[in-house]
Amino acid sequence: MTGSLVSIRNLSVSYRRDASLPSLGNIDLDIAVGERLAIIGESGSGKSTLALAIAGLLPSTATVKGTILWSGQPQLPLGGRDIGFVFQDASASLDPVMAVGRQITEVARTHLDLSRAQAESRALDLLRRVRLPDPDTALHAYPHQLSGGQRQRVAIAAAIAAGPRLLIADEATSALDTIVQADIVALIKQLVAEDGMALLFVSHDIALAAELADRIAVFRRGEMVELGSTDAVIQVPQHAYTKKLLDAHIGLDAAPMIAPTGHGHV
Amino acid sequence: MSEPLLAVSGLIKRFRRSGTTVTASDEISLSISPGETLALAGPSGSGKSTIARLILRLIEPDAGRVDFEGENFLALRGSALRARRARLQMVFQDPLAALNPRATVARVLDDPLRIHALASRSERPERIAALLKRVGLSPDLAGRHLHEISGGQRQRVAIARAIATRPSLIVLDEAVSALDVSVRGQILELLLDLQRAERIAYLFVSHDLGVVRAFAHRVILLEDGRIAEQGDARAVIDNPQSTIGKALVAAVPRLARTTIQDRS
Repeated sequence: MTGSLVSIRNLSVSYRRDASLPSLGNIDLDIAVGERLAIIGESGSGKSTLALAIAGLLPSTATVKGTILWSGQPQLPLGGRDIGFVFQDASASLDPVMAVGRQITEVARTHLDLSRAQAESRALDLLRRVRLPDPDTALHAYPHQLSGGQRQRVAIAAAIAAGPRLLIADEATSALDTIVQADIVALIKQLVAEDGMALLFVSHDIALAAELADRIAVFRRGEMVELGSTDAVIQVPQHAYTKKLLDAHIGLDAAPMIAPTGHGHV
Repeated sequence: MSEPLLAVSGLIKRFRRSGTTVTASDEISLSISPGETLALAGPSGSGKSTIARLILRLIEPDAGRVDFEGENFLALRGSALRARRARLQMVFQDPLAALNPRATVARVLDDPLRIHALASRSERPERIAALLKRVGLSPDLAGRHLHEISGGQRQRVAIARAIATRPSLIVLDEAVSALDVSVRGQILELLLDLQRAERIAYLFVSHDLGVVRAFAHRVILLEDGRIAEQGDARAVIDNPQSTIGKALVAAVPRLARTTIQDRS
């Protein structure tokens, strides 16, 4: 056993006022070094609240109880250095008036002892790794000059620039079309494998999560209702809610909802 | 074969952006029969929402013709256009953006009844209650504000508003894409029930090929404003022929369950 990267014990998050983020209750969860863990849930499940709590990004209105241990140490992980975070909306997480290259070098220089030249070369290398077309030009591009998928690649490059041990992707592919989504998921999978990062993949899409996660945790209304290996959760779900989610999935093999008709073709 | 309800031919729309011209609808022709669901699918930027908006006349085409219920829809003006618009309704992805979020449910449903003079002031509360019941909501919701109800309830209200004017065609632009999966199935069932009962046709714009395959009769796959492939929804998605069709199908996440649950 390589040990836990993150140990969450009896974690509860609540809000003083009725807030837009749902609360969480009594969560026990370990994230192992290098594992890919998916957090699945619908709106109001608390899945994003959990991701923000692990990254220390909860708003000050939140009351947090319980413990989150990082590598068994009581000190908190540092955002950017120990944990990389990729959000759904890359345009909102990137600075619109800063060149893409500088956004990545800033992360690298903040957390690593690098000269400007070393940081720039690292940024270029990262843009290659996230497979941005023409990385030399992209270094000097601004976010609005890139497509949505390219912006998310830049956000991923910035998230992993300081070599974090945990990458959190919170609905990171939900705003992308299906083809770009599949590319980004493949990229994330490759990057975490190459760098030995653990991945916390937060998603509403259980089929997408099943394609890349080792384990799946199912959240509902602030509680974790099921946790198991991907195979176990998909093939032999224990909780009725997990079964409901699986049954509600409309995949390419779903029974048609409509009767075949005599409608001709165009 | 019966007259098509909607017949679109040679529809062209170009957008100019920073010196380059993007053709979002490149001589698109399509038709929809009464009671039929035609899906428009494709990657982002393929033109599916633009085509839907052109048909709704939310944007004007550069060229082309749209015949709706046997009339040249693009030539209609004034009261004739308003009257025909009642028959062509729309439901978008985000009802809070499409409708006034601070309005009450009753107000949202009162508008079409009043604007199209479908019911007198005294009749309207009863009609609103009936519309709410028709979409599976309690008439007690009438006094609530849109931002106070759940996302699924809001989308039911948007559907109630769309059917208030007894349309023959509803454009559904990613109308179930933002819903939780447990709610999505119920909304799709509601739409199918309305289609069966009222013979409403749908133009179903969606990026989700699984839902398209289950819900639509026919599909048009778009790429760069052109039709890449079209036909029976299940036939096309089960065996795509075009390059983009193959790429779209390959990108759909697969959930390989060994024990298929009974969906009954």
